[in-house]
Amino acid sequence: MERLPPALSDWFAAKGWTLHPHQTEMLARAADPATLLIAPTGGGKTLAGFLPTLAELAKAPPKGLHTLYISPLKALAADIRRNLRTPIEGANLPIRVEDRTGDTTYTQRRRQRADPPHVLLTTPESLALLLSYEDAPRIFAGLQRVVLDEIHALAESKRGDQMTLLLARLQSLSPGLRRVGLSATVEDPPALARFLAPNTGILLADPGPAPDIQMLETEAPPPWAGGGGRYAIPAILEQVKQHRTTLIFHNTRAQAELFFHDLWLNNTEDLPIGIHHGSLSREQRERVEAAMVAGQLRAIVCTGSLDLGIDWGDVDLVIQVGAPKNVKRLVQRIGRANHRYNAPSKALLLPANRFEVVECKAALDAVREGTLDGEPRGPGPRDVLCQHILLTACAGPFTADALYAEVITAGPYAALTRAQFDATLDFVATGGYALRAYDRWQRLKQTGETWHLRDPRAAAVIRQNLGTIIDVETLKVRLKNRFGGTPLGEVEESFAATLTPGDTFLMGGQVVRYEGLREMTVEVTNQPGRDPKVAVFNGTKFATSTVLTQRILDIFQQPRWPDLPAHTAQWLALQREVSRLPDAETLLCESFPHDGRAHLVVYGFAGRNAQQTLGLLLTKAMEEAGLAPLGFVATDYATLIWGIDAVEDAAPLFDLHALQDGLETWLAGNAVMKRTFRASAIIAGLIERSHQGRRKSGRQATFSSDILYDTLRKYDPDHLLLQITREEAMRGLIDFSRIEDMLARVAGRIETRRLPRLSPLSAPLFLEPGRIPVQGMGRERLAEDAARKLMEAAGLA
Amino acid sequence: MPPAGVFQKGASGRGLHFGDGPARSGGMSLTFRLADTTLIARPSGALFWPEAGLLCVSDLHLGKSERMARRAGTLLPPYETRETLARLEAEVEATAARRVICLGDSFDDAASLDGLEEDDRLWLTRLIAGRDWIWIAGNHDAGPLDIAGTHRAEVPLGPLTFRHIAEAGAQGEVSGHYHPKARLAGKAWRCFLADRNRVILPAFGTYTGGLWCQDAAFAGLMQPGALAILAGGTVARAIPMPR
Repeated sequence: MERLPPALSDWFAAKGWTLHPHQTEMLARAADPATLLIAPTGGGKTLAGFLPTLAELAKAPPKGLHTLYISPLKALAADIRRNLRTPIEGANLPIRVEDRTGDTTYTQRRRQRADPPHVLLTTPESLALLLSYEDAPRIFAGLQRVVLDEIHALAESKRGDQMTLLLARLQSLSPGLRRVGLSATVEDPPALARFLAPNTGILLADPGPAPDIQMLETEAPPPWAGGGGRYAIPAILEQVKQHRTTLIFHNTRAQAELFFHDLWLNNTEDLPIGIHHGSLSREQRERVEAAMVAGQLRAIVCTGSLDLGIDWGDVDLVIQVGAPKNVKRLVQRIGRANHRYNAPSKALLLPANRFEVVECKAALDAVREGTLDGEPRGPGPRDVLCQHILLTACAGPFTADALYAEVITAGPYAALTRAQFDATLDFVATGGYALRAYDRWQRLKQTGETWHLRDPRAAAVIRQNLGTIIDVETLKVRLKNRFGGTPLGEVEESFAATLTPGDTFLMGGQVVRYEGLREMTVEVTNQPGRDPKVAVFNGTKFATSTVLTQRILDIFQQPRWPDLPAHTAQWLALQREVSRLPDAETLLCESFPHDGRAHLVVYGFAGRNAQQTLGLLLTKAMEEAGLAPLGFVATDYATLIWGIDAVEDAAPLFDLHALQDGLETWLAGNAVMKRTFRASAIIAGLIERSHQGRRKSGRQATFSSDILYDTLRKYDPDHLLLQITREEAMRGLIDFSRIEDMLARVAGRIETRRLPRLSPLSAPLFLEPGRIPVQGMGRERLAEDAARKLMEAAGLA
Repeated sequence: MPPAGVFQKGASGRGLHFGDGPARSGGMSLTFRLADTTLIARPSGALFWPEAGLLCVSDLHLGKSERMARRAGTLLPPYETRETLARLEAEVEATAARRVICLGDSFDDAASLDGLEEDDRLWLTRLIAGRDWIWIAGNHDAGPLDIAGTHRAEVPLGPLTFRHIAEAGAQGEVSGHYHPKARLAGKAWRCFLADRNRVILPAFGTYTGGLWCQDAAFAGLMQPGALAILAGGTVARAIPMPR
């Protein structure tokens, strides 16, 4: 049991502070090899993680590095440094704390390597870089503790996979190292514990009072389809007025932009409101963040970029616009309100359309019952392992046996076979090609038992390419010089390519006009008052989680829906009368004529990505069956296909083997695969990141990764990187596994209902935009008119 | 025949003389005139001069992956040389070219030739055999090359001059070096750039990138009214050169 040193306990006492039970418990467990602390936001998690460090250092400050703190955000590291300073300076402890991120100066970083502080605050990427230096063993030899903050967020990405490999490395350098993970509420604590270390103790803090969370009901019912929740702007402004600071979360950047634009137009009282998302320039985001910390903003329209645990001050209401798609994320977002322990968080859910009313209800129930969701991550990806092998080689010679033994202590790689490891090592060393071309120029050479870089010059390039975050190629957007040249943010290069001069779009809440491309920068001018012609760039689209999907299907099975708003309950009742409501045991398909075309709806409830893949595969099968499909649109719960001929029985279209074959052919030239390949090839060290400077100087020498993908598919289709790409895409954007799960669940029970006209449940699908919507106001009205007509046709209005 | 250097649509008028439809393979080509000669821009990115039975390609960059590996870079899929050779062979056969000019940067550097796989080298030798094959020196492969064919800094042939890098003020010039590319319909295309004085060829090599037409490097070289002829698809398509 570690005790609080007198200097600290005196200082706490003087401040009138007492420790929370979980903070005391962390001290008690100071000697344990690994502890996972799960505590709600505001529960003093970070202090809990650092108390053992402060106690040990106060007793006998050693020379050199004692504790490493790793957070997913640079800003968080800086935040923590300021927060730690208070008790350290207050109790006058002889402890040196420094942060080290991509923003740290070169001189500072050099000095830190020569003379490390007691506590170093950093990010996974900066740690990877540190571990790639030859002097890593010296720097980390005395390391006692490592604290991983927001580990639940890290664990969901390749940054987390890399993190576990780096931990394994650290443990070899300092066998006595103790690990602490700090996490928000998660669905499967033991899984997260395994991710942290092989034998991790779990400490659950008191979760605090249940959140006060409700659906925001408005006078106007939500529209039949579409997103963004703009119908509720008056109601939301009312809420903003009643609270100190409101966070308004959106699921995509495009929706956040559109919503903010309208909110601003309706903001007749000139309340200070801001917008924050990942496409805005750093200057803009920092300005909003500073205003927020200073308590100057009444509302911030934001996306996931505000999800992580920086203390933004006095937020007392969180509004989630659109169905949350995922209960865990919702709970974590709600935690942003009332950043004080033991005060309930207050949150409102705003369904963006009629179907989302059901989704929001399902999410509310899940939160009340404490059910969380999360898809298991699957084994650690091998592109990350490739990078880790390169990093290890940069630091010095290694043996395959020792590295393999180390790698399988990392949770995500525990099941990695020796054969898989050897194939990965072979790829890193020789390229792993069927044509053994690089005998003379291997990247890694073997001398006796040890592997080392053939050419030490390679280390510099490898270091520059460390990290697993792959940015899509973006272009900066700035106002034309005569308008001040202010940077506004970034758009994806592919979005910029679709613009022609004169196009207007939303950026940072203002309408701008595309003027042209100048030296890799998109130049725009202000166009106040114009309707945006083009919606913004792609944002992330989350698929609804399996847990939520199951709950939605359960709601469908209720005999009546007294706790749903009347408009929604009537809608479901009518669907039951006219057709039936989908359930988990049967795959419901509806076939009906509409507007001169035959239509087929497949209610797979497999999530947007999988439903989209299903649309591609089914239309292909229909094409082959001569059914002349003309197009399709997919949502989280259904795929709507239209064509010339009616589908009498959909069941034969769902032959799993045929679908798999179709998938293989389709994948060959698919843009999703090429994008996935590019990301994996960068992580695995096959291609270098494109650095801004080099891009500017012209790209004769840097060619598209698509060429590599096509070449590999043609000449070496079984190559490791293509295997990795397939695995990635199947789990991610293509999400074929959820199609397989769905087909396994219904086990051949595929029912096709032939209907004389469209069904109530299918009606909103007709309003679903196929791509990222182009949403001028006129279009929105048209959509609502069309909606009303469709609803009348379905007997609903 | 229309006067040299003027693009013709049909028999008269300014504009473009659209070509003679599908070539024997490789899709729809596009015919244009330069310095009183009729030239064909092929969708592959190769240029054909029917009158002289001459095929011209630029910037093959053979041995690119080997050179990167040698210089401690990454280990790219080592198949680009055979891919480039396969496309070159297809062009030679489709046009039945008696003479071939490689406009420079044929090899990624002077040592790349030594690094070629034995099979690839034999393949290249077979292609050269029985043809008048000219290697023009580029900035990547300036040194003497130990391979069959004639090695030249530049080649004047009738009204045309073939060289690696375009020279200001030249007339009837065919060159490469810049790897021009242009955007259309949200996609990047390798392209020829052509005006009344010159044509700049796209890179033919598999592992090559490109330079956008808008780049300052082209501003002084290409006259107003220049065209970009997009290659890489099934049809060679002309658009006004994006500036």
